[in-house]
Amino acid sequence: MSKLVVSTIGPASSVQDGGRHGAQRYGLTPSGAMDPLALAAANTLVGNGAFDAAIEIGPFGAALTAREGAVRVALSGAPRSADIASRAIAWDSSTTLADGETLTLGFARGGAFSYLAIEGGITGESMFGSLAVNARAGLGSPYPRPLQAGDELQTRAASAAAERRIELPAIAEGPIRVVLGPQDDEFGDEAKNLFFDSEWKISATSDRMGYRLEGPVIRHLHGHNIVSDGTVNGSIQVPGNGAPIVLMPDRGTSGGYPKIATLITADLGRFAQIPAGKGFRFKAVSMAEAQGEARNFAKLLRTLPDRLRAIETFDLNIEALRDANVAGSAVSAIDARTWQAQSADALALDGRD
Amino acid sequence: MAATLSPPRILPSGDSAITVEFSHNIDDAANQRVLALDRTLANDPVAGVTETVPTYRSLLVHYDPVRIDFDTLGAKLVALAQLPAPPTAKTRRWRIPVVYGGEHGIDLEDVAKALKTTADDIVARHVAGDYRVAMIGFTPGWSYLSGLEKFLHMPRRQDPRLLTPAGTISIGGVQTGVQCLAGPSGWHLLGRTAVRTYQLHRNPIFLLEPGDRVKFSQVDARTFAEQDRAAAGGEIVAELMAS
Repeated sequence: MSKLVVSTIGPASSVQDGGRHGAQRYGLTPSGAMDPLALAAANTLVGNGAFDAAIEIGPFGAALTAREGAVRVALSGAPRSADIASRAIAWDSSTTLADGETLTLGFARGGAFSYLAIEGGITGESMFGSLAVNARAGLGSPYPRPLQAGDELQTRAASAAAERRIELPAIAEGPIRVVLGPQDDEFGDEAKNLFFDSEWKISATSDRMGYRLEGPVIRHLHGHNIVSDGTVNGSIQVPGNGAPIVLMPDRGTSGGYPKIATLITADLGRFAQIPAGKGFRFKAVSMAEAQGEARNFAKLLRTLPDRLRAIETFDLNIEALRDANVAGSAVSAIDARTWQAQSADALALDGRD
Repeated sequence: MAATLSPPRILPSGDSAITVEFSHNIDDAANQRVLALDRTLANDPVAGVTETVPTYRSLLVHYDPVRIDFDTLGAKLVALAQLPAPPTAKTRRWRIPVVYGGEHGIDLEDVAKALKTTADDIVARHVAGDYRVAMIGFTPGWSYLSGLEKFLHMPRRQDPRLLTPAGTISIGGVQTGVQCLAGPSGWHLLGRTAVRTYQLHRNPIFLLEPGDRVKFSQVDARTFAEQDRAAAGGEIVAELMAS
């Protein structure tokens, strides 16, 4: 057995997986990864099940050290600088920490949550089929709370498998897609038009329960109290003050505010990754389109192993270059080492602003 | 029994869930139909349905859109909602001990004042009620009970409290409830129970089921403290009554 020891970690970082399902009827929310595709990509890179438990790392940095053996890990989700000693680690790829080595991660750039999957998964006691942290309910393993310095995650010793990278489709640009309802009839045309014609920002007070939106006030037709009914990930409820809240995986399982619309499944992760303060819009799509996208998304998740690639020493990773936003200064790079070192410097600068 | 049942409204909750709505209001008949459809789906599962969540007046049906689409499932749910309610297993009746007032129920005196009666009268009325678990939601084990007598109906607080204690027994609107975990609440706090409706490492983890009947009994602060210790050790404390 090896273990990964947390040296430092920012808030809003916790063990998450595909979530616990089946007990919402008792008020137990599913929890689980904010960006399911990124979780699945990281897990696929180290040969785990797509929704096995991994570390969800919030917007701030982290440092983790391998102890009692080597640990093979993979990174996906919101990109950030990553290095082991002086060696820069490419995003969306696997790497192995030798015993005693420390992986240092910078701030998230252009996103909020990154996923660190560990080959062999995280050893813990599953409750309702999940290790996901739900601090309010006292659930999650090995720690029923966000991670903090000194925590230790037990895992299997690293295999000798070759390191790999994964080619993910480009993240869709454009508005976040929603299906109207279930209580869109609690809002007039004027309120609905305002909702879809306005630019929104995510408030800094958002968390894994809900993202509060900043924008115009959305008025109800008949007041804001409805009889509590069930919620889903992506429910957009509008409380009395008219400022919508998008419910996230740690949401209450029921709520008493009208829900104007619901995010489509395929856009939940993309929405979760919108950084606080960045403008975005919503767009209504038909149920047929939403379900078509849900089926495409399910297929993408199913076929992630087909997207694995060998890491070639001289392969110039164009995507990583674009992520690093240093393509201009890296045109003369002739091998991976050179540009990675360059990009790591650039990322360190990026992380400070 | 009604010869024909009105069809429920089929409302989309995104691309992977349907809200089957039987009424706009809190209404016992609607809640019975919610629980009946829930039982129908449990007895005879529809392929693609992954989870159901009964609430006061609607059933939330989670499903996998890869396996069944909105139109097909919506039509099926409307048809199933027209079927006669499947027989229930014997209804369980619980007696839940409550310490009322004082530090355990900080709103009891204010409620009595607002309703122009005494604290003892509020307690007597609350204990006399015969309640039914209409839904469990919001946080683990939070059980919403129907059957609160009209005299005790009160609007929720203007300023919800950010933290109310575990085991709180409260009233809000036309409802009363058993709250398991500490958390925010806009209801009026009448008392506390040692009963944990949600407790890990106990069998069962969740004590109450939607449809269970509940009566409250008054205990003193010392009994509450004893029961609280027993409950912390995994005892159920609530009494299952012979019906």
